[in-house]
Amino acid sequence: MSKKSTHNGLFSTLIGKKMLMGVTGIFLITFLVVHCAINSLIFFNDGGELFNEGAKFMGTNVLIRIMEVVLFLGIIAHIVDALLLTLANNKTRSTGYQYQKPNANSKWYSRWMGLLGTLILMFLIVHLKDFWVPSRFTDHIAHSELEKLPGQETLFEEMKEVFENPLIVILYVASMVSLAYHLLHGFQSAFQTMGWNHPKYTPIIQKTGFWFSIIIPILFALMPIVMHLGIIK
Amino acid sequence: MKFNLKIWRQKNAQAAGKMVDYTIDNINADMSFLEMMDVLNEELIRKGEEPVAFDHDCREGICGMCSMHINGRPHGPLRGTTTCQLYMRNFTDGETIYIEPFRANAFPIIRDLVVDRSAFDRIMQVGGFVSVNTGQVQDANNIPVVKADADLAMDAASCIGCGACVAACKNASASLFVGAKISQYALLPQGRIEAKERVLAMVNQMDEEGFGSCTNTGACEAECPKGISLSNIARMNREYYSASIS
Repeated sequence: MSKKSTHNGLFSTLIGKKMLMGVTGIFLITFLVVHCAINSLIFFNDGGELFNEGAKFMGTNVLIRIMEVVLFLGIIAHIVDALLLTLANNKTRSTGYQYQKPNANSKWYSRWMGLLGTLILMFLIVHLKDFWVPSRFTDHIAHSELEKLPGQETLFEEMKEVFENPLIVILYVASMVSLAYHLLHGFQSAFQTMGWNHPKYTPIIQKTGFWFSIIIPILFALMPIVMHLGIIK
Repeated sequence: MKFNLKIWRQKNAQAAGKMVDYTIDNINADMSFLEMMDVLNEELIRKGEEPVAFDHDCREGICGMCSMHINGRPHGPLRGTTTCQLYMRNFTDGETIYIEPFRANAFPIIRDLVVDRSAFDRIMQVGGFVSVNTGQVQDANNIPVVKADADLAMDAASCIGCGACVAACKNASASLFVGAKISQYALLPQGRIEAKERVLAMVNQMDEEGFGSCTNTGACEAECPKGISLSNIARMNREYYSASIS
């Protein structure tokens, strides 16, 4: 090849930026697994004993605390990268079609990932304000029933309190619908972007992605519902 | 058959365009879409009006020249066809048909429905080839090629470069085209020698031409007249990552 390419590194092109979307996306998916698994301990209906044990581990383990920082970096990278890509993509077609049938060739949620992601981000801000901020930056949350000082609550009690508000429950459930559709496209899309497309394994990835996108958001959505209804006490 | 046509008319690249209504009658159901356009143009010429400019060449679905965004989709409502392979029997009598050019900033309009797709040529010029010294024709089986790989390379090479992938993509991404062109070489031993330089050059050129990124909506694969698979985009990405870090 006579012409030497002028390549400025992996992330200089749109494909490189897409790779970052895929890597951070898969990382955030693994976070969902951990978060959902720990929170699902409330379903044992033991007054939050097991759940508080899990919360204590997550709040005190050094490795987890380091991963917490990595997680925030991952979320920020996912958002900033998405913004950069969206800005670039918005410049590619100044004059649109007068008549278009986008549903004839693609799924709506694959085209609205940015909107679904924004809804999830808005939820995330409320969610962090409800649980993460009080447990990290105030003395309001105790690690367990035994360590509770006067005026303190366990994280389980905090959950019950927050989910007394029906509007919060509706917001949480609606946000999990956004998450489900975001994952429905994002899960398999991340693998495709990473180049992991294989005649044997891609159908397995797609099936796994489908069920993951349904089961995880349903489990998350059930948490505020059962606590609001007093099924989990 | 009778049709109401709404066609994008634009004098040149700089002029503002608009949709213009035409009515056309006595169309044979077995005419191709391009033949219907020919009939319309003959009528316009008879009336002393400017005929509608549109691209066409082989009229048998192998050259990739005919474009047109018909009723909201590149090459019209059928799967796996070019516009010349689309017949008027695929429409209903009295139907309103929207006819627009392929839309992408990388494909500027030349006139009416004709767009400039030379961005694809420039991508090919930076790497869409294999450098071979001329000499004696070598023995057919001199370089062993796995049959499965040869088949995949042939599938990728069936891309006719029509640009329907770009026209259908919400980001006007050329990933399916470039993915197919990179794959057809990357899969064969002849193409491996320059694989690294090729993928870096072609991917950079794709960005430089102003095509968007791939968001894996699959619209390109669904609209491709040759059924080029999304697996070619994954292969391009793999090739790109390994070339970037090695």
